[in-house]
Amino acid sequence: MTWNRIYALFVARNLEFMRDRSALAWNVVLPVLIIFVFAYAFTEDNPEKFKVGLVADGALQDAAAQFRDTRYIKFIEFDEAQANLHKVERHQVDLLFDANGDRYWINRTSPNGYIVEKLLIAAYADSSATLHKILVEGDEVRYLDWVIPGVIGMNIMFGALFGIGYVIVRYRKFGVLKRLSATPVTAMEFLSAQILSRLWLLLVVNLVIFIGMDLFLDFRMHGSYFDLLLVFVLGCVNLICCGLVVAARISSEEVANGVLNLFSWPMMFLSGVWFSLEGAHPLMQKFALLLPLTHITEAAREIMIDGVGIIGIADHLLVLGISSVILLWIGARIFRWE
Amino acid sequence: MSIILQVTDLVKRFGSLTAVDRVSFEIREGSCFGLLGPNGAGKTTTIEMMEGIKQPDGGSIRYRGEALGEQFRNEAGIMFQTTALQDFITVREVMRQFSRFYPHSADIDDLADRYALHEFLDQNTRKLSGGQKQRLLLAMAQINQPKILFLDEPTTGLDPQSRRNLWNQVQQIKEQGATILLTTHYMEEAYELCDEIAIMDHGRIIAHDAPDALLAAHFDDVVVQIHAADIPRDIAEREFQAVYRNDSAHILTGDVNKTIEHLLRLDIPLDRLRIRARDLEDLFLELTGKELRA
Repeated sequence: MTWNRIYALFVARNLEFMRDRSALAWNVVLPVLIIFVFAYAFTEDNPEKFKVGLVADGALQDAAAQFRDTRYIKFIEFDEAQANLHKVERHQVDLLFDANGDRYWINRTSPNGYIVEKLLIAAYADSSATLHKILVEGDEVRYLDWVIPGVIGMNIMFGALFGIGYVIVRYRKFGVLKRLSATPVTAMEFLSAQILSRLWLLLVVNLVIFIGMDLFLDFRMHGSYFDLLLVFVLGCVNLICCGLVVAARISSEEVANGVLNLFSWPMMFLSGVWFSLEGAHPLMQKFALLLPLTHITEAAREIMIDGVGIIGIADHLLVLGISSVILLWIGARIFRWE
Repeated sequence: MSIILQVTDLVKRFGSLTAVDRVSFEIREGSCFGLLGPNGAGKTTTIEMMEGIKQPDGGSIRYRGEALGEQFRNEAGIMFQTTALQDFITVREVMRQFSRFYPHSADIDDLADRYALHEFLDQNTRKLSGGQKQRLLLAMAQINQPKILFLDEPTTGLDPQSRRNLWNQVQQIKEQGATILLTTHYMEEAYELCDEIAIMDHGRIIAHDAPDALLAAHFDDVVVQIHAADIPRDIAEREFQAVYRNDSAHILTGDVNKTIEHLLRLDIPLDRLRIRARDLEDLFLELTGKELRA
């Protein structure tokens, strides 16, 4: 393998990408769109500023009913209190109110909880009932914090699969690969150049998304940036290698599109990007473990939300690393210039 | 001259079709070898196996006595019939890219001088004219200063002036000592450039020698051409066994004086009469029964 040849292919591919205004625009516009869509979706710009979990059987007493009628509070009904205490801990609700027992749970670190508590106490001011206050503690984990690692992973997945797959299929269809095959360039050199070119591009684009989202949304990042970079680098390489395997022999863009969709859509819905697979059928959960995006998303979440170190995510890194090597080997073995 | 490339019993099948059927020949170092044949004769499949692009189903190809390997890839220059280059890349960039593929490469400015690329060196390769693109592809095939150069129909689609320019460039390459393997549809081109030719049909070589030697072996007559409008077809066919090509009656004769006397006796006007020696076009037609450009 000659680095000079890899470098030549790497430079040519980058120049081609940078000068293809439509592709470049799409790769820049999409991340910006993602940032703004998320900024809009998760900016608290609705009148219901506070969230209260409410446990109540039958008719409410006057004080409780008065509290429930408070404007600008969203009441979420729960069947029982104990099973939902973690939502107070994680600030998914500002206060949990058990109307039957005249007791409430509050997280002392929650500013919203403090305000809602004042409103609750005011509602009970004229009541003979006595309110019982119970303190819980915990860090706030918003849905936004939970979903962002998956969104970045998903963006990497589409960029890797389609970015690599389409380019190679197009090269093959129009004979660019045939011309390269008449030079000393080997399949491994060509594929390595494609991986490197797409890798740095994906990392730059997703760094822009990461910084942009952090500026607008101030999401949670408790772990090491280096560990997170490692997860994304391995994730990019893994998904690029998936794209290489798909594009190893196909010479029709239509077929490539179908196969790439076949790979990407299950990953989008079964890798826990948008919703947790807790409670899903065990077979589905096992299937999800076969998908690289599951490991990228879970490892990134563990780092960003829980601050887990590299040892804690070693299983995900191992799966991504080993499967990348296997996929690259398969891609190089079955690769056809024509 | 030593043998640089040796092809022995080469076979290539596509399903039930045998595209190349036990083809054998040798190419001498420093020579220009022409591979001619009608469409579908198997010449592009043969040349692509020799280039290492396609794998043969049988037989062997040896470069300097060895199987095709790294030495061959480093020393071979290839110009395909049609080649696509990466989009959005300039001529200079594509030349620089390909120069990095080889351990020894030619100077890009020298190649640009030789093939008159300077006027469009910083232009996107997609925006080149047909002649400009062929010059670029020939220059790219020269980027590694090849010992053997494969040119697959290099002048197809070019105007006569561009074709003539390309011939001159190929002649220069030949004079510098490179071996050339050429496929072409143009007999004049083959005659002008090639030291040896092999004519292929139905996947086999049906004739192989130097152009003059082939003509001498197959023909001892000349062609008297008369414009079709000057001689009634029934007379031409009955009296002279003439064959018609394009808009002329072709009379083959070993005795030109006698044929002209016969024509005069029949009051055939000779104002547009032409006498020419038999050429490769005739040889090709005789051997394959097909017009080369059909």
